[in-house]
Amino acid sequence: MDNGLIKFLKKIEPSKDKKMLHTLFDGFFTFAFTPNQTTKNGVHLRDGMDLKRTMIHVVIALQLCYLFGTYNIGHQHFYALGEFTGLFDGFHLKLTHGLVKMLPIFVVANVVGLGIEFFYAAKKGHPIEEGYIVTGALIPLIMPPDLPLWILAMSIVFAVILGKEAFGGTGMNIWNIALLARVFVFFAYPTTISGDDVWVSGIAKEGITYSTEYTMVHGWLDNLFSSFGWSVFGEGGVVIDGFSGATPLSLAVSGGWEAVTSQFTVSQMWWGLIPGSIGETCKPFIIFGALFLIITGIASWRVMLSMAIGCAVTGMLLNGWGATEYMDIPWYYHFYMGSFLFAMAFMATDPVTAASTNTGKWIYGFMAGMVGLIIRVINPAYPEGWMLAILFMNTLAPTIDFYVLDANMKRRARRAQVAA
Amino acid sequence: MISGLMIFSSVVYGQGAENASSFYTNLLIGTLGFVVIAVLLQLTDNLLLIEAKKTGADKTGRNFSIFPTIGEIFKKRLPARLDGEQVVRLDKGHDILVEGESLETVDSKVKANTFALQPPNYNGIKPIPKLVVQVGDSVKAGDELFYDKQNPDLKFVAPVSGEVIALNRKEKRAIKEVVILADKKQEFRTLPSIDLEESSREDLIAFMMEYGAFGMIRQRPYNVVVDHTVIPSNIFISTFDSAPLAPNLNFVIKGKEAAFAQGLKVLSKLTSGQVHLGLDGKSENSPSPAFVEAEGVEKTYFYGAHPAGNVGIQIHHTAPINANDTVWTLDVQAVATIGSMVADSKFDASRVVAIGGAVDNPTYANTYIGANIGELLKDNVSIEKPRYISGDILSGEQKQTEEFLNIFDDQISVVKEGDYYEMFGWLLPLSPRPSVSNTFPNFLFRDHKFEVDTNTHGEYRAFVVTGQYEKVLPMDIYPQHLLKSILVNDYERMEGLGLLEVVEEDLALCEFVCTSKQPIQKILREGLNTLREQ
Repeated sequence: MDNGLIKFLKKIEPSKDKKMLHTLFDGFFTFAFTPNQTTKNGVHLRDGMDLKRTMIHVVIALQLCYLFGTYNIGHQHFYALGEFTGLFDGFHLKLTHGLVKMLPIFVVANVVGLGIEFFYAAKKGHPIEEGYIVTGALIPLIMPPDLPLWILAMSIVFAVILGKEAFGGTGMNIWNIALLARVFVFFAYPTTISGDDVWVSGIAKEGITYSTEYTMVHGWLDNLFSSFGWSVFGEGGVVIDGFSGATPLSLAVSGGWEAVTSQFTVSQMWWGLIPGSIGETCKPFIIFGALFLIITGIASWRVMLSMAIGCAVTGMLLNGWGATEYMDIPWYYHFYMGSFLFAMAFMATDPVTAASTNTGKWIYGFMAGMVGLIIRVINPAYPEGWMLAILFMNTLAPTIDFYVLDANMKRRARRAQVAA
Repeated sequence: MISGLMIFSSVVYGQGAENASSFYTNLLIGTLGFVVIAVLLQLTDNLLLIEAKKTGADKTGRNFSIFPTIGEIFKKRLPARLDGEQVVRLDKGHDILVEGESLETVDSKVKANTFALQPPNYNGIKPIPKLVVQVGDSVKAGDELFYDKQNPDLKFVAPVSGEVIALNRKEKRAIKEVVILADKKQEFRTLPSIDLEESSREDLIAFMMEYGAFGMIRQRPYNVVVDHTVIPSNIFISTFDSAPLAPNLNFVIKGKEAAFAQGLKVLSKLTSGQVHLGLDGKSENSPSPAFVEAEGVEKTYFYGAHPAGNVGIQIHHTAPINANDTVWTLDVQAVATIGSMVADSKFDASRVVAIGGAVDNPTYANTYIGANIGELLKDNVSIEKPRYISGDILSGEQKQTEEFLNIFDDQISVVKEGDYYEMFGWLLPLSPRPSVSNTFPNFLFRDHKFEVDTNTHGEYRAFVVTGQYEKVLPMDIYPQHLLKSILVNDYERMEGLGLLEVVEEDLALCEFVCTSKQPIQKILREGLNTLREQ
């Protein structure tokens, strides 16, 4: 069966002169079939692992974050309205609301990003490289749910073209592409990604109160749900008293751990029933993904462990200093708030932008953990520090490697001197 | 000391109790006690280590510290036979288990009739050497066939007696092979007898150059033919081959023990340093007595997976190559040949060759250097699209049936060509395949022997994944950075990062594991060539 199909596909394969079409065809064909290339001289046997398989395993590790992130968009929305406050109450409404927000983000992120990848692959005449599979899966998870799609598209254009293609494509970039997209939004359109008003979806501030109004999609879905006799979105309404939309981090800035716990319990933060970027909130699922990556050997456990140590040590030092209420937050609670774990598991471990030597990875991870927590706690302008810390460490990674390699060279030179 | 500590602590404790903050006092005492004990232990430890270093006992690889190393707590114990030996433990590496390992019998029916000496096997000689025979000449085993034009004293000799039947050329008239049809009964050129005790190093060198022994020795860095004007700082021989389907050298050396011992004696006169033997520490059985009881050499056991048997790895861990060093390497059968040149006054190029992989009858064959591949594999291959490899599947060279085993190879591997498409092969591979990645369930079937093929399982990409080469290369080298320095022609970094310490076979496993399917051995050879030209 396969043979007939392959013969047919090979027959319709566009000629190599038509660069665009050929690249596109090749991209889809090699997705469906691993090609029939054989080894030349050199090794005659190759490991079953390739870049596609590497990348897809990161995407697999993200799946639970996707599931929970989508649901949590809906859950936060209704929680703010004071409706269906139980986790599984109004399950279908929360899920559909989440999907209505999530699907467009995912589609835009991947269509724009892959489109640029395809274009550059065709232009440069090389096969489509897999780097964007992971980037395209990460970007939706690190954005706020209500981000306007055109801003998302802009950020991806910026990140992929200036951050990656300008440097030569997959494997050549200096900064993590997903974070570059986020940092673009952060500095170009700060109101869409910071403050207290953006983390709960579908809720707009009108004067001093927050309220929500459903769009056509929801009305159309309501017809469907009511025909099943299920609960419906209805008209929307005003948000319950006391709602601020603040994340634990912004509460911590204003009033330390006390302010955080006045709004959220520790278990809420652990299970991720808090507002935040879409995929960052649920800690057990992120840890599951991280363990999956460590066990399969896809991501570096050195980076993850050293970053956790870096964050913990800095947290203890800040506890010792204790100049502000924020500094007094017990160091271990920093793992519960914000996106530390997500950044550690999926962002810092990007092999292209992290340090590439094993010793370098320890230093890189440790410093990322340290710098990130310092930004989080000490700098009031930025509520969260990992994005900036990792981008900063991406910049330093080649320098770290340089010194690790330099030490190796010096070791070798010294050995020669001793021998001589 | 301890009683003093107790008195001191009771005093402090007494004060603390009055203040009723006994927790901190206890903590203080505890910490102090811990520090004192730790300092004492550390002192003892250091003294022991210094003593061990003074007596030279630390070179046996045993742990003289009073603290166990992490390895001693978690890792497998070394076999008892290694007690008191010099052992190097290599944690990195990977054994690829491939179906079709040769059974330890010599199949007397497997015979080759034509043999060839191939100038391209010798790195560093001119592509067109000066031939001293013509087609139709008859030669004896040990007769000169050609010499290098740069160095006319470096002569290459016939492995068998017979008639020269062809001089095959490649592009630009470079000589590819000098083919000899072997006589039924082998005749040997009688070499002058040489007294090992009496003769000087110069005499020995001249003898070996003249009668072809240097055609079997390679010089590092660069893995090139020997430069006889340089005295090698050491000579290295690996007595086990850890590559997939590699011949068992303990079996191969059977019957040649005396010649091997003689060969070692010759070699030990040629170096300013020592002859180093690398022995297998991992297999359950002790290696052949020829290796274990070898005299006048430095023996080191290597405990670890492939590439532990590569002589390059062994050099790195015994006496690493420094800038301006040269070392020689050769394999055990070549040592035996050199031994018989001195002991029996003849050039005995007989080789036991392993035939393995996708063949019907994986076995060993008695033959000579440079045997014809098709003849050795006659009636033994029934798969549809075979690929014949001279050497192992990681660093060997693809050959056709009418071609010949390379001079330095003692195995033929046969594998299936893998020119098939595989539906979602990257995502859901259906057939088992060797891999170091835990994304495959291979770690559940550690003893499974794979039927392998030559499919690349993916396409060529830029370097993306980091740290994967380091996992399989037990050397203090950063392969990825070394390769990048070669790609950008940075000579200083190439040398600094240890290019001189490796040759293709040492990084072959890195090429196998490479996610981006980079041609690592090719890049490395280019680097070695450019650096050599400098």
